[in-house]
Amino acid sequence: MVQGKVFKYGDNVDTDVIIPARYLNAPSPAELAKHCMEDIDADFVSNVKAGDIMVGGANFGCGSSREHAPISIRAAGISCVIAASFARIFYRNAINIGFPILECSEAAEKINAGDEVTVDFDTGVITDLTTGETFKATAFPAFINGIIENGGLLPYLKAKQAKEN
Amino acid sequence: MGMTMTQKILAAHAGLDSVKAGDLIEAKLDIVLGNDVTTPVAIDVFEKAGFDRVFDKDKIAIVLDHYTPCKDIKSAELCATARNFAKKHNITHFYDVGQVGIEHALLPEKGIVGPGDCIIGADSHTCTYGALGAFSTGVGSTDMAAGMIAGENWFKVPAAIKVNLVGKFNKHVSGKDVILHLIGMIGVDGALYKSIEFAGEGVAELSMDDRFTIANMAIEAGGKNGIFPVDEKTLDYIKGRFNRPVKIYEADPDAEYEREVTIDLSTLKPTVSLPHLPSNTKTVDEVKGMPIDQVVIGSCTNGRISDMRIAAEILKGRKVADGIRCIVIPATQEVYMQCITEGLTEIFITAGCAVSTPTCGPCLGGHMGCMAAGERAVTTTNRNFVGRMGHVKSEVILASPAVAAASAVAGCVADPNDLN
Repeated sequence: MVQGKVFKYGDNVDTDVIIPARYLNAPSPAELAKHCMEDIDADFVSNVKAGDIMVGGANFGCGSSREHAPISIRAAGISCVIAASFARIFYRNAINIGFPILECSEAAEKINAGDEVTVDFDTGVITDLTTGETFKATAFPAFINGIIENGGLLPYLKAKQAKEN
Repeated sequence: MGMTMTQKILAAHAGLDSVKAGDLIEAKLDIVLGNDVTTPVAIDVFEKAGFDRVFDKDKIAIVLDHYTPCKDIKSAELCATARNFAKKHNITHFYDVGQVGIEHALLPEKGIVGPGDCIIGADSHTCTYGALGAFSTGVGSTDMAAGMIAGENWFKVPAAIKVNLVGKFNKHVSGKDVILHLIGMIGVDGALYKSIEFAGEGVAELSMDDRFTIANMAIEAGGKNGIFPVDEKTLDYIKGRFNRPVKIYEADPDAEYEREVTIDLSTLKPTVSLPHLPSNTKTVDEVKGMPIDQVVIGSCTNGRISDMRIAAEILKGRKVADGIRCIVIPATQEVYMQCITEGLTEIFITAGCAVSTPTCGPCLGGHMGCMAAGERAVTTTNRNFVGRMGHVKSEVILASPAVAAASAVAGCVADPNDLN
């Protein structure tokens, strides 16, 4: 369960605005976090607090395959991204680094910027404490929950290999 | 129910008789690719998770193409990390400055990828190899690391959109116009999670370079992959390059498609995508005259020899307009050399172009042509997002090599059919 204030963006938030390529030559999470979203929201980094939630529209994370994009969002303090839909590479990357993202078009539409929102990952229930509305996100299949619970794809593979040996 | 071409390749690599859209499978990988931006992140997660061995040194490709020759100390450090890893694990397909080309032009050219393969690459334009009849898709660095460790990865079997191509091209129309038109038609998420399967008599009209350009930008419609049937042109292309057994897959006649669209090549005009989405398409005659500052001809989308020949044909005997910076970047060392032996380099330099060694450079605003605030470029690259080629207030217009070269000469967005 996470709770935080919502930073809201529109459709087609691309990986070049999440983390511009001019910063990809220094891929540490702390460095990437300093420049997250700066080309569409210069104040994001100074306003975001640990645990806050990002909400986007359709096709969130479209564009390049840079895993730096979900890494920078998480390192900036965001606990979870909710969007109407995700671009597929961003979706995989977030899951693979163990960063929770939820697809829910109703929540993406109705939650307002600045609302206080809670997300329960076990049930997929999203609650907007400011408006009192609740939403249900699409649940992950079991093996994806396994990846997230292990903290990412590689720890999951390591655990799987250990079991096989 | 029949399977699409993509579904057949995935089924074969998962050891299954059949798969259907939505199935989650684990499939064996023929090639795992990374570049100088994504490989260091993959190495970091690989080593932090405690792995010390790659599954097969011959099935991994590491291509240092994005910031090379290194633009600054930080990018030199990234390349050093990738170089040391490649050396430590004795990676067969490792390409450094002097041999390197832009990955998605290089791998087909070197025969590292071929028909029927299942390929992942930590670069979104990995979908390019669909031109060869392979399943090929972009992933992130953790997926690359997992692929290097296990030689397999998980996939959700995609549903498909079928694009029927009919007719023949008019003059100055090429593969880039087909894919920009398609993205304009279906949108930047029109093929989200899906494969785009090209079919129809029009496929035979397309050169391999046209097919690479088209498959390359499947991702710009949100696609998981783009794929072409294997024909005589494919087999001619791979002859003398690709040494593994060729596996040809064909879609079943009763394969299911979520959507079918038809593009009549004879109706296409030179097409551009205006800022800031690839789907923001116009025919060039609707927007010609827009002022520009820069032209870039190159990239994994349009840096192949056919692209260079098209640009040279237009630039021959002409000059780049005053105040326009025209940057030409052959995608590989082989294309670079061909440009020299065919006299194209002389044409470019005489016209007033800067000709660069292979690099992704300006396409992602990395180096070799970043723009200042208020500047606008016509480029043959693949993305025109906010800030993509430099300053957040610069603009990118996507176009074919013919439109880019004509625009360099005219000094504004121009229709190659207007050149006298």
